[in-house]
Amino acid sequence: MTLLTIAIDWAFVIEKILLISAVLAVSLVIAMYETYGERKVAAWIQDRRGPNRAGPFGILQPLADGGKLFFKEEIIPATANRFLFILGPSIAMLAACLTSAVIPWGDVLTIAGREISLQVADVNIGVLWIIAVLGMGVYGIMIGGWASNNKFSLLAACRGASQVISYELPMGLALIALFMISGSLSLKDIVEQQRDGVWFVLLQPLGFLIFLICAFAECNRTPFDLPEAENELNGGYHLEYSSMKLGFYLFAEYINMFISSALMATLYFGGYSFPFMDSLGLSPNMVTILGIVALFLKTFIFIFIFMWVRWTIPRFRYDQLMKLGWNVLIPLALLNMLVTGAVILYRQG
Amino acid sequence: MQTLTNRAQPVDRRPMTFWEKMYLPAIAKGMGITLSHIFKKKATVNYPEEKRPFSPVFRGLHILNRDEEGRERCTACGLCAVACPAEAITMEAAERLPGEEHLYREEKYAARYEINMLRCIFCGFCEEACPKQAIYMTETFAPANYQRKGFIYGKDDLLIPDPKNPITVKK
Repeated sequence: MTLLTIAIDWAFVIEKILLISAVLAVSLVIAMYETYGERKVAAWIQDRRGPNRAGPFGILQPLADGGKLFFKEEIIPATANRFLFILGPSIAMLAACLTSAVIPWGDVLTIAGREISLQVADVNIGVLWIIAVLGMGVYGIMIGGWASNNKFSLLAACRGASQVISYELPMGLALIALFMISGSLSLKDIVEQQRDGVWFVLLQPLGFLIFLICAFAECNRTPFDLPEAENELNGGYHLEYSSMKLGFYLFAEYINMFISSALMATLYFGGYSFPFMDSLGLSPNMVTILGIVALFLKTFIFIFIFMWVRWTIPRFRYDQLMKLGWNVLIPLALLNMLVTGAVILYRQG
Repeated sequence: MQTLTNRAQPVDRRPMTFWEKMYLPAIAKGMGITLSHIFKKKATVNYPEEKRPFSPVFRGLHILNRDEEGRERCTACGLCAVACPAEAITMEAAERLPGEEHLYREEKYAARYEINMLRCIFCGFCEEACPKQAIYMTETFAPANYQRKGFIYGKDDLLIPDPKNPITVKK
């Protein structure tokens, strides 16, 4: 009978639901304004002005774009597999949103004597969860490309699948070196260690570089946007998509970009911690809020780097992409792991 | 082989050095270039809010001029239509009747005078051909229109308002 008396902590449930809604809303809004930011950055780099007609400085542009996508005609090709055709963008969107669950967006807030952790789930396999879900994101591309029943989409799906496999390996290997230092897979632990010590980018510069390159590849961003490849595959996996299903694919890409940026900030640049945060003499809640600001600042810098790279570097050829992944990044990541292990052993012994 | 201009440069086909194969320095250089472009002056002109000034000899939309007494100068001689390389000008002449001396300067005038702004190439030959200083080009250009027929400008579009008899708006 004791099993029936499980006390449900309603405050805890409400707190988590609120937090999940907030994180989701923030990711969606940021993804929305990433499209605006991308157009602006692209324009500035090309000596143009970018969107500036809808609202002051064009800040209503994402709403106009979204509205346009909603009102577009919805077309499902006659030869397409209807179920998979709809499943594709749904998985892409779902996988993009799932990752945000384990990222610590801030330290602990104390409201009315209650300590609220600004992390949806502090699981001890946080990073494994992220890698797993990121790997799932490519199913959206594969299923969408396959279901379209179009040779270009299918080619793009094949490219996407092999690209993600090739780049997940060095990414995982780079992370292993990081875990050797941190000794924990929980993202919260990793951030707390950087709060007391130094940012891990100083200990793992090569690992960070490999992770950055792989993050570009995982997000299908430009030098590695072969699944999209506008000029050779005509849009690739989303060639047959229209209306909001296309919008989902594009949106998922921007959410992925945001999450990857937040992840890089968390793993290598101290997450919500910032220098001298514990010696400012502010109240803990104030420090937490400043920490959130610091995390978002770091994230936005990475998002800018994503865009900056996109408008600088041309796309790889497919064989170059594979060569870079298997012949360069994996050996480098292995070497990085070996050196890290040796140094740790030497310092212990 | 004898080259024509001696300006041809041989292509550098040496194998890449290790530094070049690293690829990252080249990326850093390229990103430096794009970053510098972010802060450069933008080439775009925000059109409706700011307009680029035209040169004093800009050839824009035509007008039909009047003389000092407010009479139409055009005598429908057709020289502008002959001079027009794009054949954009059409006109029909009519004879001035007794009592219309305050309207038309010469005994003959243009009853209909049309310029097709889609055909016009704004070369200004009509302006040069006119013996009566009746047609001039202004510094504005033809505004957009939804239909082709909106670009055929008649006398009511081209003739400048009479300073003595201001136009009364007809229904």
